[in-house]
Amino acid sequence: MTSTPVPGAVTGSGTVKRGMAEMLKGGVIMDVVDASQARIAEDAGAVAVMALERVPADIRRDGGVARMSDPDMIDGIKAEVSVPVMAKARIGHFVEAQVLQAIGVDYVDESEVLTPADYAHHIDKRAFTVPFVCGATNLGEALRRIAEGAAMIRSKGEAGTGDVSQATTHIRTILGEIKRLTVMDETELFEAAKEMRAPVELVRETAELGRLPVVLFTAGGVATPADAAMMMQLGADGVFIGSGIFKSGDPAQRARACVEATAYFEDADRIAKVSRGLGEAMVGISADSLGAGELLAQRGW
Amino acid sequence: MTRAPVIGVLSLQGGVREHLEALTRAGATAVPVKTATALEGLDGLVVPGGESTAIGRLLRVFDLLDPLRDRLAAGLPAYGSCAGMVLLAEEVVDGLPGQPLLGGLDITVRRNAFGSQVDSFEADLPLDGLDGDVHAVFIRAPWVERVGDGVEVLAREAGGHPVAVRSGRLLATSFHPELTGDDRVHALFVDLVRSTMAAPTPGGAP
Repeated sequence: MTSTPVPGAVTGSGTVKRGMAEMLKGGVIMDVVDASQARIAEDAGAVAVMALERVPADIRRDGGVARMSDPDMIDGIKAEVSVPVMAKARIGHFVEAQVLQAIGVDYVDESEVLTPADYAHHIDKRAFTVPFVCGATNLGEALRRIAEGAAMIRSKGEAGTGDVSQATTHIRTILGEIKRLTVMDETELFEAAKEMRAPVELVRETAELGRLPVVLFTAGGVATPADAAMMMQLGADGVFIGSGIFKSGDPAQRARACVEATAYFEDADRIAKVSRGLGEAMVGISADSLGAGELLAQRGW
Repeated sequence: MTRAPVIGVLSLQGGVREHLEALTRAGATAVPVKTATALEGLDGLVVPGGESTAIGRLLRVFDLLDPLRDRLAAGLPAYGSCAGMVLLAEEVVDGLPGQPLLGGLDITVRRNAFGSQVDSFEADLPLDGLDGDVHAVFIRAPWVERVGDGVEVLAREAGGHPVAVRSGRLLATSFHPELTGDDRVHALFVDLVRSTMAAPTPGGAP
């Protein structure tokens, strides 16, 4: 935390970091690789954009090491849009995160989509003024990231596939595990914390709230308005769409449709209406066909 | 015979749950509002924080702009926090070209006036009408650059820009009282709504 010139004002507090994510709820956050995509995303009603050099589908195709984006590229997107701009740092790469904070991004995604920089540690996110979002496949992983200072969680899914099945598994797992916590007594909560390798205070808080103490989005494989609405009906607070929009035939129309389906996720008539005539969806890869070494969701510890 | 005021929270996107909870604690019957039909029977409306560009676009796409503007013009009390303040403003600086607004409040608002998220902050502020400071959370917040006739400034940030204003039945704050657990600003709005339930509606509209 640092103090601003305003007397008594505090930046980078938990309330300010978590509160920022609360304001994104019900919205779609879109991956963009340049200013023109960012313009399409904002015009379509995206609540934020994720600035990166290659969408996950291309990272997957190209292979090699995927790193933080060039600050010039991120600045170009910041200059284009008024909505928050997020950017990705590699897991454990605290200096990439320092750089992203220094150039004034609004949120850092410590992301398994990039090649990890540390196979044991995640970034100590409490040390930053900028808030962090992290991926999780289950409740223990989500709570460990929150303990490290994450102010927002996204279920991981399997990025760059256009296959929503892993996103479904992860959001169902996290919310199912929360449901089970709510019926446990104190003794059982201690045991659950031990099993999940998560701090008991956070486990207890989650049990009392009946939800995570931070906002929970879904990511990884969402490609259609119906995918987005399904994630919302399953209980996500909002949706990240990575490759799904700009790898499709008509990105502007698909972007608008996904925003509208996310807002009116329980209204099948509206989802039907926005799903018409969208053109080609991204081609996609079945997550089932990927080898163990190709699964990005397994990154993170 | 007094019933609890029914206050809707515009639920297209943003910090909806927090407002529903704060209004309930402040004694209102709080209901989410996503459609024009849900506007019927409301005594007041809260426009929450979120992204004003996203909410504005959804208002337009789903044909809510005109029904909401009509209700506001007919005297429906409204409170907007952060993006809600932007949407209730007559004029926005640094908005998107053609960004849809509800309007009604004669102020000019600057979006993201304090800077990016790393400049977001919380601080204690005096607010007219409340005893003791209010704990104000500013998240990529707007401030007010111009107030029209009849707009009362309730609070200012350290640099002097208004961050809480009231005009007739409209109330707006740059900050997010719904994130703090201090429900006094919501109580102020619930009182405002109650006072209009007793009074006749201007123009005799619904």
